[in-house]
Amino acid sequence: MTAVNLVYFAWVRERIGKGEETLDLPESVITAGDLLAHLKTLGEEYEGALEHENVIRVAINQEHVDHREPIAGAREIALFPPMTGG
Amino acid sequence: MSGLPVVVRVQRDDFDLAHEVQALSAGRHDIGAIVTFSGLCRDEAGTLSALELEHYPGMAEAEITRICNEAVQRFGLQAVTAIHRYGTIASGENIVLVCAASPHRQAAFDGANFIMDFLKTSAPFWKKEHAADGSERDWVSAKDADDSARDRWTKE
Repeated sequence: MTAVNLVYFAWVRERIGKGEETLDLPESVITAGDLLAHLKTLGEEYEGALEHENVIRVAINQEHVDHREPIAGAREIALFPPMTGG
Repeated sequence: MSGLPVVVRVQRDDFDLAHEVQALSAGRHDIGAIVTFSGLCRDEAGTLSALELEHYPGMAEAEITRICNEAVQRFGLQAVTAIHRYGTIASGENIVLVCAASPHRQAAFDGANFIMDFLKTSAPFWKKEHAADGSERDWVSAKDADDSARDRWTKE
């Protein structure tokens, strides 16, 4: 098990019901995409927040990454919707 | 010129365009053009009273800085200032400012345009609407048009 800090923003944060948490991840979680799939097994709030996996953006240590990116060594992983700043 | 040509701030407070332009060009005689872009909160025909701007502290600054540095390299900009606000922003108020300086106008126009196109699609900010009648409104959806605007910079 590896502990990782997760942070959520905008409607992902609202639907999960918290802005951050530290979770122990099973060894089978290798990529960002694996993480999304794993989180969806943790309860209906996660399932609702991450229902449309392809629109969820992932940042590892505050840099955008693809869902195929390995998460090994990540200090902080952020999940959020497409950005609407500017 | 000393120091880095890129100034990025993510702040709750408003900014003053004239002051930022002055700071950008103070003491310099090599700048020939400064293009500024201001983004404001519009009221959507009176139906919207404010926007709530959420951001990812740390990454927001880092991502805008990365975009500005890329614009400096690509267009040969002499200086860039980018300021993005967060928190509650009432209709009519400023949201974002980009100032791009170059020896000739085209690079400054293109640089400011490039920075805004990438800022909208990759800087971690999210807008939630506050309705003028007090009713609950939702998060603003990302627009395909913004993705298209960004992608034109990678097409030859």
